Amino acid sequence: MGILHSHFSVASFNSLLALSQQEELADLPKDYLLSESEDEGDNDGERKHQKLLEAISSLDGKNRRKLAERSEASLKVSEFNVSSEGSGEKLVLADLLEPVKTSSSLATVKKQLSRVKSKKTVELPLNKEEIERIHREVAFNKTAQVLSKWDPVVLKNRQAEQLVFPLEKEEPAIAPIEHVLSGWKARTPLEQEIFNLLHKNKQPVADPLLTPVEKASLRAMSLEEAKMRRGELQRARALQSYYEAKARREKKIKSKKYHKVVKKGKAKKALKEFEQLRKVNPAAALEELEKIEKARMMERMSLKHQNSGKWAKSKAIMAKYDLEARQAMQEQLSKNKELTQKLQVASESEEEEGGTEDVEELLVPDVVNEVQMNADGPNPWMLRSCTSDTKEAATQEDPEQLPELEAHGVSESEGEERPVAEEEILLREFEERRSLRKISELSQDAEPAGSQETKDSGSQEVLSELRVLSQKLKENHQSRKQKASSEGTIPQVQREEPAPEEEEPLLLQRPERVQTLEELEELGKEECFQNKELPRPVLEGQQSERTPNNRPDAPKEKKKKEQMIDLQNLLTTQSPSVKSLAVPTVEELEDEEERNHRQMIKEAFAGDDVIRDFLKEKREAVEASKPKDVDLTLPGWGEAPGSPPSFLIKAPEGPPRKDKNLPNVIINEKRNIHAAAHQVRVLPYPFTHHWQFERTIQTPIGSTWNTQRAFQKLTTPKVVTKPGHIINPIKAEDVGYRSSSRSDLSVIQRNPKRITTRHKKQLKKCSVD
Amino acid sequence: METAPKPGKDVPPKKDKLQTKRKKPRRYWEEETVPTTAGASPGPPRNKKNRELRPQRPKNAHILKKSRISKKPQVPKKPREWKNPESQRGLSGAQDPFPGPAPVPVEVVQKFCRIDKSRKLPHSKAKTRSRLEVAEAEEEETSIKAARSELLLAEEPGFLEGEDGEDTAKICQADIVEAVDIASAAKHFDLNLRQFGPYRLNYSRTGRHLAFGGRRGHVAALDWVTKKLMCEINVMEVVRDIRFLHSEALLAVAQNRWLHIYDNQGIELHCIRRCDRVTRLEFLPFHFLLATASETGFLTYLDVSVGKIVAALNARAGRLDVMSQNPYNAVIHLGHSNGTVSLWSPAMKEPLAKILCHRGGVRAVAVDSTGTYMATSGLDHQLKIFDLRGTYQPLSTRTLPHGAGHLAFSQRGLLVAGMGDIVNIWAGQGKASPPSLEQPYLTHRLSGPVHGLQFCPFEDVLGVGHTGGITSMLVPGAGEPNFDGLESNPYRSRKQRQEWEVKALLEKVPAELICLDPRALAEVDVISLEQGKKEQIERLGYDPQAKAPFQPKPKQKGRSSTASLVKRKRKVMDEEHRDKVRQSLQQQHHKEAKAKPTGARPSALDRFVR
Repeated sequence: MGILHSHFSVASFNSLLALSQQEELADLPKDYLLSESEDEGDNDGERKHQKLLEAISSLDGKNRRKLAERSEASLKVSEFNVSSEGSGEKLVLADLLEPVKTSSSLATVKKQLSRVKSKKTVELPLNKEEIERIHREVAFNKTAQVLSKWDPVVLKNRQAEQLVFPLEKEEPAIAPIEHVLSGWKARTPLEQEIFNLLHKNKQPVADPLLTPVEKASLRAMSLEEAKMRRGELQRARALQSYYEAKARREKKIKSKKYHKVVKKGKAKKALKEFEQLRKVNPAAALEELEKIEKARMMERMSLKHQNSGKWAKSKAIMAKYDLEARQAMQEQLSKNKELTQKLQVASESEEEEGGTEDVEELLVPDVVNEVQMNADGPNPWMLRSCTSDTKEAATQEDPEQLPELEAHGVSESEGEERPVAEEEILLREFEERRSLRKISELSQDAEPAGSQETKDSGSQEVLSELRVLSQKLKENHQSRKQKASSEGTIPQVQREEPAPEEEEPLLLQRPERVQTLEELEELGKEECFQNKELPRPVLEGQQSERTPNNRPDAPKEKKKKEQMIDLQNLLTTQSPSVKSLAVPTVEELEDEEERNHRQMIKEAFAGDDVIRDFLKEKREAVEASKPKDVDLTLPGWGEAPGSPPSFLIKAPEGPPRKDKNLPNVIINEKRNIHAAAHQVRVLPYPFTHHWQFERTIQTPIGSTWNTQRAFQKLTTPKVVTKPGHIINPIKAEDVGYRSSSRSDLSVIQRNPKRITTRHKKQLKKCSVD
Repeated sequence: METAPKPGKDVPPKKDKLQTKRKKPRRYWEEETVPTTAGASPGPPRNKKNRELRPQRPKNAHILKKSRISKKPQVPKKPREWKNPESQRGLSGAQDPFPGPAPVPVEVVQKFCRIDKSRKLPHSKAKTRSRLEVAEAEEEETSIKAARSELLLAEEPGFLEGEDGEDTAKICQADIVEAVDIASAAKHFDLNLRQFGPYRLNYSRTGRHLAFGGRRGHVAALDWVTKKLMCEINVMEVVRDIRFLHSEALLAVAQNRWLHIYDNQGIELHCIRRCDRVTRLEFLPFHFLLATASETGFLTYLDVSVGKIVAALNARAGRLDVMSQNPYNAVIHLGHSNGTVSLWSPAMKEPLAKILCHRGGVRAVAVDSTGTYMATSGLDHQLKIFDLRGTYQPLSTRTLPHGAGHLAFSQRGLLVAGMGDIVNIWAGQGKASPPSLEQPYLTHRLSGPVHGLQFCPFEDVLGVGHTGGITSMLVPGAGEPNFDGLESNPYRSRKQRQEWEVKALLEKVPAELICLDPRALAEVDVISLEQGKKEQIERLGYDPQAKAPFQPKPKQKGRSSTASLVKRKRKVMDEEHRDKVRQSLQQQHHKEAKAKPTGARPSALDRFVR
């Protein structure tokens, strides 16, 4: 059999690999021959066959196995060829361990070995600098975090008006009166007398520091208790979270079957419990019953199982052909019935009766049932549902009206009829007017909304009419909005389409109505404007007349009104002369007389001369202060024919002169450099604009301008040190921190090489980078 | 503005009960009508004055902005206080009827506020804002403290009040003297010195001493209250003007040729030959500068603390014989013959401002103590009051029958004008208002034409120098009733004067700081600031304060693509650009709007113009 097999195999081999390499073909028959000649046993044959198969399979494609050269001792020694058995396999570690017989004790070791092997090789360590850098970074972050708690302190100190060193713990500035009193005793006779009096009158001399209630509350909970309490709470929270996790897991299960089973189980359980309850505790059972009743109500309200759902509808379609679907439907219906079943709260004796009733009820339709129940007892919910039916009927009648209403564009359903009638009255009115208006229709249409042209008499007439109308409309609008809106349509229609379309104004849409209303109002306004426009110029004239009267009294107003003050006026205006009670004596001394004489002469020559001189002087001053243009013309440049290029660089126009509007004043615009030398010329740090800084230096701090106290406060030194005292560095305790902050800082400083898991992460990140 | 209470001044009651109404300070023993025990009953306020000082319930301490100032004097509400009696009860169980700090009237506080809050600040950083807040809080605190200390200004100015319809100008000096008490009546006196011709006079800063010099060489100084003569000499030369220096111990006399300085014994200390032919003298007390105007047309500033001439300015307007100082900013006002008044500071070679006041020459100039008003009189017989707060426009004008040759303002704003042998005094409505020239407040006729006028500081007295000597007349309401005991104390001893002298010298203000706006020192030199900035930019090659260009923040979830970054950048750029355009458009509009009114409004009559 083995030969036969081998023959077959050889044949198949030949047929398969007819085109393969010649050498191998040459080899194999040899092998085959050899094996044939040597082997007698089945074992050998089988093995060879195996080998052959392997050889064949290895022949195809790239996987072709090279026949290994013999290099070591092998079980199989052939004189023709080196056998490759065992050489192709990789030596596995486990193989070394493998004893002759397999033993279970070594399995664990093997597992461990395999685990070791599955791990990747250890990466190269980072170089020293990089590691140090990472360490530094980590240490910096940590230190920064630790030190950041000092930020508020630093900020406070920086903003503090005054710092006093050495730092001392702040004592409570004002001790409570009770403290003071407790350590104080009446010594002088007066004090004793007073205290006696107080005691006699039972005045409270020293209140207790704390009320007993406060003390008790302070003592109420010890540390251990608090810890226990916290532990309990933690446990409870953990349990809760476990339970929640479980519930969530279960909820996630999608298997319908599972859920069905669970539900059924639950139902069974509930039933069992209910039975038990009924025996043990009838009151509780009653409550349970109520729950079931509630489920019934829910079902009745939602009608979840009454073939109304999406699923049910699809099933209904299928039910014709599909038995299963039909069954499902029936199941659902039965479920519905089951749920809507009225449960009878009855004693055991009545139970059987109730059963019969149930059957009866099952037969009767639901609606009838309800009515019956109404008869049984008044239930407002049921009552309402009954009336709703009648309402539905009413609404079914409505739709006939509805389209009409919608055409009106008004959402209100009722009370529409009356306004319609009113509209008709108005309509007639309008028609009457229309005949009047027809003449000026065209011009009105063409007239733009904002135009303020003078209108001919016809259009004005129209406008006046419109105004009347709009007023009417407004009144109506106030009285009833709806009416007004419906009326608003009419003028619109008449205005824009004088043709027969106005018979059906009701068809107009609502937004258009609003528009027309607005338009009408606008028109009315326009009218008003026009009316107002006439008197305005008169008013203006009055104002302009009035302003000059104010002039001498209000120089500022005058300045606004008129840019330039008339210098002539300023100096030559006749001022009222003073009526002095005492007139100076006429006879005067010689020099006075002489001066008077001179004065007379000067008066005679005084006049425009002075003013002209002054104006000239001013003009010169203005010219002198103006920035000068720079002329860059060079002789010979730009003198070619054509338009000569200008080499004039125009100076930028400076700010307007302060005396621009003051004709009788020349204000020197030159900068006082001596005074400027005393001014601040560099903005100090936090300020970005000089206005900000100016605000801080506007208040004088000298004692000339301030009270003594204010002066002292304004000039307090920023830092005060007590002479002869050592100023220690600030400590955490000084500012109300725990002292631990220092220790954890020192930990980092001591062994910065220690790396926590977080640091490792960072390290990894860095190495990736 | 600190004010110290008067240490030992007994109130000189100058007026009588009929015509003068001076409120007497109420003494504690005078309150007979009221139950004596104070604090026992939280009763309603007793009199009106008390009610004004009504303390309010202390509001939240955090809102200290307005809480400490009461807008209106409020009456405390009893029921509110009874609500929590525990909190306010002391050991004795008695309640503070007026809890919290006393409120201060807003107007008084406003007077001491110096920060100009009308200017809107640009947006500032948190740090800057905190600094500004501190500054504002400080200002408020100090101004409140100053307002509280106003309580110490116990004296009130007196005034004349005519009986219904009576013109106060008709009240003559004899009436007043008859009505007031003896001490005040003694302040009215006449010195008949007909020999040495028209007199110039000057009161010392404290108002205690009077120096006068006659044209014909008579120079004297005296304590005019006690009439104790300090010195009397004849310099045997024409005396044009006389003036006390910083204290009554030194006296500057402008003589025919040179300027001489004497001490209070009449010993000549200096003869300053660089100031020659001086016509008028002014002393700037805070700068220790003696300003002299000369016939040669020079305005010379002499620093009397070091004896150096600080500046000699050529006014280029001929002879200078009209000069006065602005006590507010120490600017010298010179009147010229061409009708202008020029304002001078030693730091500038040119006048700070020139105001055309009169068509004729200017005869007299005076500036009031607040530096707000300037009164000028010219050869055109007009008396004008100008507003010096930037506009330099006349507020009121009056033509006087003969024109005023001399003008002077009192501390409380009364204006006196000497016209021939008449002096007219005008008073304003309040302290800050200009004197109204409608009705004279007082008039007085002298025995000769007026040659010198000055109100005595801290006294209701006007000193007039004329050809017949010196007249000291009573002008109720002229002087400041409260004086600063540390600054100018009329009752100071010699030691106190020496102390003050040292302090004043230490606080001497440099002459360069004289300018029109004395608060300019509290401003930043913007031009140098900008220049410094420009230089820094040049030096560094970039603007360190420039706004950093917009850098879009990286966003998550793939929204940080290059395209979107660019888009975002573009958006911001466009927005900025739009802002710029908008601004420029607005400016254009403004310009146009401004340009329009300058053109004459088209009138209906234009059509007839050919």
